[in-house]
Amino acid sequence: MATTTLTPVPQILVDRVEREPRGLMSWLTTTDHKRIGILYMVATFIFFVLGGVEALMMRLQLGVANNNLIAPEVYNQLFTMHGTTMIFLFVVPMFAGFANYFVPLMIGARDVAFPRLNALTFWLFLAGGIVFYVSIFWSPPEAGWIATVPLSESSFLPSGGVDAWIYLIHLTGVASLLGAFNFFVTVVNMRAPGMTWSRLPLFVWSILAYSLILIVAIPVIAGAVTMLLLDRHFGTHFYDPTQGGSVLLWQNLFWFFGHPEVYVLILPAFGIVSEVLPVFARKPIFGYKAIAASTILIAFLGLLTWLHHMFTTPTPLVVLIFAMIASFLIAVPTGVKIFNWLGTLWQGSIEFRTPLLFAVGMISLFTIGGISGIFLAIIPVDWQLSDTYFVVAHLHFVFVGGSVFGIFTCIYYWFPKITGRMLSEALGKLSFGLMFVGTLVTFLIQHSLGLDGMPRRVYEYDNVGHLQLYNQISTVGSFILAAGVLVTVINVMRSLNGGVIAGPDPWKGNTLEWFTTSPPPENNFDVIPRVRSLEPMKDIRREIERRSTTPAPVPATAVGEPAASPTVSV
Amino acid sequence: MVAVLAFAPDAFANFLTPPSGGSPNAGRISNLYTVTLIIAAVVFVGVEGTLIYTLVRFRKRKGRVAVQIHGNTRLEIGWTVGAAVVLIALATLTFAELHSIRTPDVSGPSGLSASSGAQLESTDAIHPPKGPYLTIQVNGQQYIWRFTYLGFGKLADQLDDPYTYRTLYVPTNTTIVLKVVSQDVVHEWWIPNLGGKVQAVPGYVNWTWFKISKPSSYSGQCTFICGRGHATMKATVTALPPKQWLAWLHTLETNLKLAKQGGAAGRATLGKRTGAAAVENP
Repeated sequence: MATTTLTPVPQILVDRVEREPRGLMSWLTTTDHKRIGILYMVATFIFFVLGGVEALMMRLQLGVANNNLIAPEVYNQLFTMHGTTMIFLFVVPMFAGFANYFVPLMIGARDVAFPRLNALTFWLFLAGGIVFYVSIFWSPPEAGWIATVPLSESSFLPSGGVDAWIYLIHLTGVASLLGAFNFFVTVVNMRAPGMTWSRLPLFVWSILAYSLILIVAIPVIAGAVTMLLLDRHFGTHFYDPTQGGSVLLWQNLFWFFGHPEVYVLILPAFGIVSEVLPVFARKPIFGYKAIAASTILIAFLGLLTWLHHMFTTPTPLVVLIFAMIASFLIAVPTGVKIFNWLGTLWQGSIEFRTPLLFAVGMISLFTIGGISGIFLAIIPVDWQLSDTYFVVAHLHFVFVGGSVFGIFTCIYYWFPKITGRMLSEALGKLSFGLMFVGTLVTFLIQHSLGLDGMPRRVYEYDNVGHLQLYNQISTVGSFILAAGVLVTVINVMRSLNGGVIAGPDPWKGNTLEWFTTSPPPENNFDVIPRVRSLEPMKDIRREIERRSTTPAPVPATAVGEPAASPTVSV
Repeated sequence: MVAVLAFAPDAFANFLTPPSGGSPNAGRISNLYTVTLIIAAVVFVGVEGTLIYTLVRFRKRKGRVAVQIHGNTRLEIGWTVGAAVVLIALATLTFAELHSIRTPDVSGPSGLSASSGAQLESTDAIHPPKGPYLTIQVNGQQYIWRFTYLGFGKLADQLDDPYTYRTLYVPTNTTIVLKVVSQDVVHEWWIPNLGGKVQAVPGYVNWTWFKISKPSSYSGQCTFICGRGHATMKATVTALPPKQWLAWLHTLETNLKLAKQGGAAGRATLGKRTGAAAVENP
């Protein structure tokens, strides 16, 4: 017992150890948050690859002016599938996967609050994704990821693609909603002793905000698509202007969900960057409270800005001005985060490992997307830029530069914890380099495409101005980006069995997931340490160092009440 | 930066800024955009420059110890206020410009006169503060634009107003107010040189305006996904001097009349031959 307290990894104290369940059935029936997390990560990554292939097909079609490679309806199907996949089947559930795996570990919990509900969310999500993708064998949806009415009504698109889309929204929506409640209850109730709100890791703060937004926004889209379903099959006219329905009702409801969804996609990426920077700069996070507060503030303000997607609609200007001000306001907490990250790196001792590269890449690319967002928030400027490639460029700097780089930060940072093995640094850096250059080459030029008059969602364009040149640059960039992703896939495959053994804490991390073994045992922790600061692992390492340098270490007494025993924090 | 923009070769005119030069509102938007671009460039260089400097200056080296600080309240308040000030400045500028971009200009002295058919006052949601102007209805449908020259027909219900497809002809120096509607799905009206977009939403009426000073032609296309032919839904606006425009309108009216008469005659013949007339129009 006495020695237990001196090592970061507690020894197993039971007399009989059950073997970990293996085999297909163990995965299908698992309620272990870590296994569900892995299921999420693998499934969403497959959808990511599918969405990426769709993007490359579109870029090929646009590589030449007036190209005939892809038929118009197929092109419309491609951008609908691409947008829907990347948002509903990749970024949101990928972060659900990382949150599943790491929120309980970071807060020192045994599992999430409702493990069986947690398993249900994954299978609902997967069912939604499969129903949606099966539609490619009949008639995929082609009304855009925004399923704009009345185009998505049965009078214009009678085939079942839009219905598949509706089921996807419902199934992944219920999955996200249940998952959000689960994360929220877990974080509120199951934190390790001593982990007050001001010691909560910033990634967990971001998942808390992610959950709160989903809880508010998902019911709205669920209602909106239900009305669309009723319109399509049960003779109602909610969105049918010829029967007194309202097209703008759909736009309002969709974006009331759609804009908060943007913050669902980006806040966890902010969270992981806030975790990774301090570890690799070997310096505490700068302005913890400001970052945590800005996370919650962004989540709240994000609920007020949906009308900035509707600046060109016949909506009274005074209402639009409200949305513009809310959009401006949201830039302040977002800017504060970026400044705090710079403050974290400043005067640090920065170690250029792959997770840090992706985190820094995320900051620099997201900054571009954030700045172009200001242009789009200014009502008259948006009148020129809206629905052009400028918007495509903006949203991809946010989602690729922000969310995808955030996800790759997670992959490179946490892979050793999940598998117990390290990823190759050389391949990681190559992947980062290709993805960073690829993102810039693909999307920077798209700002100019939009300024030069190219609308989004067009399958062909005339070669006026420099449209063809700009498009070709963008197409080349998209393949560089794809190559970068491929290198990471190879890296993961190679390292799964052949990677260097990681040990419990390869990065000298700050948070509790590094306290347990890699991969963690089914029960996560045999002893849950008492948390005394924002960086419990730093305290533990310091204590170990102190004791090991003390000539005659005082043997610790029994592991009694956590509060009574200083040894537990060791 | 301004200098770079000003002397940019024509070919790359829209590399950094949106199009302008067609209508005054497009120019005003472009100016507002350019001011934003300059502020954005300063912020961009500041943030990315600091990031790169920090990464190089504070990279891990032998003997470097990271400074263990947790924050600096004064600095944090400073940059929060700084960000807010920049945004307040941008918002103020936008409010100052918004009215002149949204409200139509007054027609020029050499524009279409009120006696030639231009409107003087109306209940249109947007219109110039004074003087004559022209209201044209832009109707979006899959996948073509129809332009109706309101008020030039004889019937009170405007059903015989002259119309064209694809190309909108307007008189120069005359404020044109567009009443944008759709008859099927959502479309979006955009001629880049003539100001911003407006959605054509079925069941709603949307408004925009432009004024062209010299005879010229500008093209654009639908920017809101409206179905499989979305990319082909193009439009051209051609401005003619008022006199020429009136002559063109007269020709259009004559042609439409002839076409109508021809159609009626054809229908009558067909009706007589098939006996359909007796059934359909008793």
